[in-house]
Amino acid sequence: MRSWLGFLMIKTQDLVRAFDGVKALDGVDLHIEKKKVTVIMGGSGSGKTTLLRLLAGLDKPTSGSILFADEDLAKVSMKRLYELRMRVGMVFQYSALLNSLDVYENVAFPLHEHTDLDESVIQTMVTMKLEQVGLRGFECMMPSQLSGGMAKRVAFARALVMDPQVVFFDEPTSGLDPISAGVVSTLIHETTVKTRMTSVVVTHDVQAGLAIADHVILLWQGKVIAEGDAESIQQSEDPRVQQFIKGEPNGPIPFSRSQTAYIDDLMHKPGCVRMS
Amino acid sequence: MEGIMNMVGQVGRNTLQAIAKLGDATIFGATTLRLLLARPWQGKHFVMQMYAVGVGSLIIIVITGAFTGMVLALQGYHMLVKVGTEALLGPWVALSMIRELGPVLAALMFVGRAGSSITAEIGIMRVTEQMDALEMMAVNPQSRVMLTRIIACAISLPLLVAIFDVVGLFAGYVIGVDMLGVNSGVYIGETIDKVSLNDIQAGFTKSIYFGLLVGIICTYMGQRATATTEGVAKATTQAVMLCSVMVLILDYIITSFYL
Repeated sequence: MRSWLGFLMIKTQDLVRAFDGVKALDGVDLHIEKKKVTVIMGGSGSGKTTLLRLLAGLDKPTSGSILFADEDLAKVSMKRLYELRMRVGMVFQYSALLNSLDVYENVAFPLHEHTDLDESVIQTMVTMKLEQVGLRGFECMMPSQLSGGMAKRVAFARALVMDPQVVFFDEPTSGLDPISAGVVSTLIHETTVKTRMTSVVVTHDVQAGLAIADHVILLWQGKVIAEGDAESIQQSEDPRVQQFIKGEPNGPIPFSRSQTAYIDDLMHKPGCVRMS
Repeated sequence: MEGIMNMVGQVGRNTLQAIAKLGDATIFGATTLRLLLARPWQGKHFVMQMYAVGVGSLIIIVITGAFTGMVLALQGYHMLVKVGTEALLGPWVALSMIRELGPVLAALMFVGRAGSSITAEIGIMRVTEQMDALEMMAVNPQSRVMLTRIIACAISLPLLVAIFDVVGLFAGYVIGVDMLGVNSGVYIGETIDKVSLNDIQAGFTKSIYFGLLVGIICTYMGQRATATTEGVAKATTQAVMLCSVMVLILDYIITSFYL
């Protein structure tokens, strides 16, 4: 058990998560190294969001194990899970700032909840984190007044404020303009290097993903189909990998999702199965 | 024939679903209320929710209370005067308000004002991943979001009912005495004579149960809403309907115990 502890943060074994019998994840084994940016890529429906929720402990696997440090997230008690979460930060796809609180209160929220620090200390820490993401001076704005890119940066500051060991990013660049996306990518990379934290990024943005990744994991239909550094992924000979990173509409992942023969549907009116 | 059987089947299915939902909501309410015993104590957040839920509903409660009292006095006078007992206008207004109309009407207004916004807010928090965010920041949303709102409802509604009653009684007095000319001393004297502490207790007991009911149903509907904008809209409508109906049903049940 201890042998991999030195450099691994998270390790999953034969992870399966099924929804109503349909396997969204089908036997995933992966390692996430400490102090590295691990990027999990895959198309829509490949199971990457499901995987992230499992890694973050927001969902329980159907079977298999998720070792975080040396504890199995599938088995730990609720209380222990909450304790572990103090060491984890997460940046959600839509930022998920609490919209009843302003920027300062949002970033300070974990500190107010879990520490007894003086307000002056908290203020210093919040200012430092906001400076880190380049948004010092925006403390009094409400989340609804922020642009998508700014909201994501505030969410980043909030995820960092407890100085976590691991930060999870759900689609950090989706829905952002190229400049904001670049800013967020750079922030992820730089913060990981500077603070020696572990970053886990889930994305379908191939360019942004490959640019910041130390390690890439490619998911396809709930399975890991390729793993390695950005270069080895780009040089992979697997046609599925090539189709994904080049964004070709047709290939091993077919353009048409229809299950029935075209000619049959042309001859008969295809009806939805409706409740009577 | 088959069509009729289908219709009957549909009615049965809907009924079963509604009952299952009610049971699910009860379990949800019980597990949430059990968190009252758990640390951390959410004192500050209870107060904040009580402000949002209670003070927010104040204006609508005062307005409906005033007009309820006024119309009660007006109707009551014209009815009582026919049998020559307009002296009993005071207790007529007071008892109707305190025992029945105060708790029920205030609860119905409360459902529309506070209940709907609770369901919508929780639904939106789920759509925008705020619930997951709380969870990830090691704050239990069931205790922080659900429990605080349920307790806020259970405490605010009785207080709002008290205000509703007082405003209504005053409005009834103004109409009865100043407009319709009932003797002021008789009006107040008869009211004090006929209204017992038991009546007031019955009214308040009702309002506590109504508050709990509204809190549990509205948080439950928000929590179980499909996490889409459409789902939230639907859940909000359903919450208001379900609460209103349940308030009236529960009102009958409690009344039958207290009479």
